[in-house]
Amino acid sequence: MLIVCMSSALHRKNLAAAGPEQFTAEFVKKQIDEFEVGKRHLANMMGEDPENFSQEDIDRSIAYLFPSGLFEKKARPLMKHPDEIFPKQRAVQWGADGRPFHFLFYTGKQSYYFLMHELYGKLLNVEKHQDRLRAKGLFSSDANSMSLGMSRWFTKEELEVSLVETISTHDYTHFVQLMERLLSMPYCSLEQQFILQYRRQLEAQSMHQIVQPLQQDEKGVAYSSAEGLRKTSRSSVVLRDCGSGRVTVNGQDCHHYFSVLQDREQLMFPLQFMGVLGRFDLKCTVSGGGRSSQAGALRLAISRALLSFLSEKEGEAMRQAGLLTPDPRVRERKKPGQEGARRKYTWKKR
Amino acid sequence: MAFRALTKGLFGLRHSRGVTVKYSCDGHFATAASIQSPQPQTDDVKEKILQLPLKSPDYFRVSELFSLKDLFNARVHLGHKQGCRHRLMEPYLYGCRLDQDIIDLDQTMEHLQLALNFTAHIAYRGGVILFVSRRRQFCHLVETTAKECGEYAHTRYWQGGLLTNANIQYSPGVRLPDLIVFLSTLNNVFQQHVALRDAAKMNIPTVGVVDSNCNPSLVTYPIPGNDDTPVAVELYCRLFKMTINRAKDKRRQMELLHGLFTPTPSSS
Repeated sequence: MLIVCMSSALHRKNLAAAGPEQFTAEFVKKQIDEFEVGKRHLANMMGEDPENFSQEDIDRSIAYLFPSGLFEKKARPLMKHPDEIFPKQRAVQWGADGRPFHFLFYTGKQSYYFLMHELYGKLLNVEKHQDRLRAKGLFSSDANSMSLGMSRWFTKEELEVSLVETISTHDYTHFVQLMERLLSMPYCSLEQQFILQYRRQLEAQSMHQIVQPLQQDEKGVAYSSAEGLRKTSRSSVVLRDCGSGRVTVNGQDCHHYFSVLQDREQLMFPLQFMGVLGRFDLKCTVSGGGRSSQAGALRLAISRALLSFLSEKEGEAMRQAGLLTPDPRVRERKKPGQEGARRKYTWKKR
Repeated sequence: MAFRALTKGLFGLRHSRGVTVKYSCDGHFATAASIQSPQPQTDDVKEKILQLPLKSPDYFRVSELFSLKDLFNARVHLGHKQGCRHRLMEPYLYGCRLDQDIIDLDQTMEHLQLALNFTAHIAYRGGVILFVSRRRQFCHLVETTAKECGEYAHTRYWQGGLLTNANIQYSPGVRLPDLIVFLSTLNNVFQQHVALRDAAKMNIPTVGVVDSNCNPSLVTYPIPGNDDTPVAVELYCRLFKMTINRAKDKRRQMELLHGLFTPTPSSS
């Protein structure tokens, strides 16, 4: 007679080792159906057309019906399409008879190795093409290399998302190396479409200052306008080429508005720097912030407006002087456990 | 010595084609009652289809696919230098010429015929065949061969528990390969490929091209021959592809034939 004693320790499952939660395809499909039905109900509730109810309308309605003061945006009530919420998962990899669908299934990383296999195939293709041309005598080494423009390779994360499987940094470097090798061949434009699939366009960040165009009003006087900001102040300035040196701020004369000399100096500095003190007429509007930040915002606006009247070199000089750089400093928040943003409470030894 | 898993392998495959779909991997059974594969043939027709090829020694006529001249032209007889020779490969060698080992092509012919015949039988019964080779030059070729046959390939870094720890490496209920074909038994560090040992542990029969520096003891159906020359490897790939396609076509033919002439059962 054998008595088997099983301790509870053996029954305890290591929940963390199971990995992220797996959602079956039927479950996700059910969620999608419920989402569609719920979307129509929501549209009816809000009195809108159920047929053309977009995601923005849903977000707006949810924010209206369930107002939440929580700071963390992800903690607020959410209604999105289940495909965005549930992470994309692998469907079952094999058929009814147990045979896997993909011929590289047994490697473990089938999509990644399939990509490498295809890539190498394309490389061989290009080499074969080159050999054929060489045999005909039409080979030229600087023929149609691909123009990539402003683009970069997919990052490791983006590649993982597109392959729906995790890869190591080693694998990623291999991939990039092989792609670079393909690019280095003269006739790589054969496989242009394939290569461009794995490149992401960079947003063109122009370092150039956008110069406001010069406009003419009824009397033929040239003017330009620009905006400026500093801390919480926002300003807008119209610079007219009249010949007088008058300055109007929010309808008042600048001596009334800015009683302190320092603020008036801030306003005049760009004009003084360029030596055009008496030439322009300023009409400014400013709101928000305090005395000093309003002056700073106006200064930036004046410098930007001035650019359209000046040449490239003078504009460059202004940039060097720091007149065209918006000041990024904003008020730092107070932290708990401290008296201010940086100041700590007095430390007592005992 | 090599353990001939012919009968055991075929026995295991036969049961995998039952009406209720059951897979045994490490004693792990998964009944998929909702998935019903359509079975227009009764069981004894099935038996006939499976037993018929076993009646003749070379049912698929694999010996017609190659000749000694082909093997010689593909330089299959060229082994490594005398210093690299493995003790257990000595029976397969014809001799040594200017320090280079020459493999006996008569023995290669027999072994190749046995191996191709076995592969054909496995393919006929719908077995999963995995091509393994760790040689970087032939990685693309082997993968293309596998794709064209409709079988599987693994020419990349072999992770530790792919066969022995399959339920965790893949998902539970995975079907392991029924045959592993090695186009080269060594890995990049000139050590025996891990898959040989793991296949032996998991009772999976292996077919392998063994060169004069390889250990043939764990390979079920060794094929003594050159595994380094591109011509030789292309020849092997072509031969395997032709046998597998031939066997699969034969199977389809048999099913059609028997599907035409047996009366359709009233209840399946």
